[in-house]
Amino acid sequence: MDWGWRFPSALQTVRAFYDGIANGQLLEATFSSLRRILIAFAVSCAIGTTLGVLFARHRTLDETIGFAVVALQTVPSIAWLPFAIIWFGLNDFAVIFITTIGATWTMTIACRSGIKNIPPIYLKSAQMFGTRRGPSTFFQVMLPAAIPQLITGMRMAWAFAWRALVSGELIARGIGLGQMLEEGRSLGDTSLMLCIVLVIAILGTISDHLVFKRIEDRVWMQYGLKAAKT
Amino acid sequence: MIRVEGVGKSFAQRDGVVYTALEDISFEVGRGEFVSILGPSGCGKSTLLNLVAGLERTDRGRVVAGGKEISAPGPDRIVVFQDHALFPWLTVLENVAFGLKQKGMKKKERRERAMEQIRTVHLSKFADRYPHELSGGMKQRVAIARALVMDPEILLMDEPFAALDEQTRLLLHKELEQIWMHTRKTILFITHNIREAVMLSDRVLVMSTRPGRIKKEYRVQAARPREPDDSVLRHIESRIMESLAAELEKVAKEEYGSDYGLENRALSHPAAAHLGDGI
Repeated sequence: MDWGWRFPSALQTVRAFYDGIANGQLLEATFSSLRRILIAFAVSCAIGTTLGVLFARHRTLDETIGFAVVALQTVPSIAWLPFAIIWFGLNDFAVIFITTIGATWTMTIACRSGIKNIPPIYLKSAQMFGTRRGPSTFFQVMLPAAIPQLITGMRMAWAFAWRALVSGELIARGIGLGQMLEEGRSLGDTSLMLCIVLVIAILGTISDHLVFKRIEDRVWMQYGLKAAKT
Repeated sequence: MIRVEGVGKSFAQRDGVVYTALEDISFEVGRGEFVSILGPSGCGKSTLLNLVAGLERTDRGRVVAGGKEISAPGPDRIVVFQDHALFPWLTVLENVAFGLKQKGMKKKERRERAMEQIRTVHLSKFADRYPHELSGGMKQRVAIARALVMDPEILLMDEPFAALDEQTRLLLHKELEQIWMHTRKTILFITHNIREAVMLSDRVLVMSTRPGRIKKEYRVQAARPREPDDSVLRHIESRIMESLAAELEKVAKEEYGSDYGLENRALSHPAAAHLGDGI
């Protein structure tokens, strides 16, 4: 059996990368993948934060729906893809949907624990200085106090979204990195496949390390929380 | 100004046993008076301060401040906490101005007022810094400025200098004394440091432990500003030390067992134990 073509050489991979850039296909795929993940990420941060705050503030909600969210978090988001296909078809929307689901639960749980773990002394001193309950306390004290946990939650949510996105794209139609990977498979073009995998790895590293980790480090240092970081 | 009348406070422990932290505490603090509450750790002195602040509710008795019975924390009684409790997401200036903002004061005016207080604690250069960039002493100064800017009738200080090094603490004692002489606020000061209590206050209330009670009261009649080597201070300090030694032994006995004693007992000496073995 000839194994040669199944393992692309470094040169072939670089060549595939060059070709992809030159004919614009790779850039287009990258941009449409990034567009999807950014939409999904924004939506999941909004939903996750809202749900997290509700769970942290209302005990009954937390013990009923909150528990369901913890259970949902254990389900890999790709498991929702068959549903998404039936509901929305094999399109962009289905991919964005499962990417959103992949990130939302993590964000919810991070936000919930962030609000719950606010040092009580902050709330006490806010009350002492005459901060009114309700939105006033929420926006001036609770939200800023929970920022470190929220940032960490966002970083994890981004990682989950990224995984869900690629797996969704592998199956759905359209343009994107996942689709290109699948295309490479059907053409037997392993150098293109490896090239895509590397692009995904690089994009992931850049977004995590240069964006999220930096913000996280800065915020955690400012809040004097250097220790409990991973 | 502050009247504590027969106050008691108990906590239910995990095993269901009720633990009495404070029992039948009564004292008064007059307007403009500087009173310290002194006691070993675990005697309930911080709980007592929280009751006056309104952060906790009394089980028995009542606390009256400025003619009103206390039921909730409010800007007329600002607490300076041991771990400063500054908001890390706000700058020094914003932290100090926080209380004024809650009153609905205009931005310009509250900045001016906050700056004025920041100047009195000598931190003008650091107004735009965040708390994590400051040393422990500076943070505590910000906490004091944040309290003073509200112009409260009463200042409650919960071991504010306990986590600082000796030099910084001595410096802050001087500054606090000056601030107090200047503003004549009513100050209730919690501490476990005898020297600190005697140096700063007009009156020192010594607490006993388990349950927490006011054991004795000492009036410190020494000239202000206080000098560290004032003989009056030294004398009161040693008297307080004596009365606290008994308390410390009591606490240690509870923690280490009833055989704990500050003085060695003659019979547990090894030579005595083997007396007559050779016969």
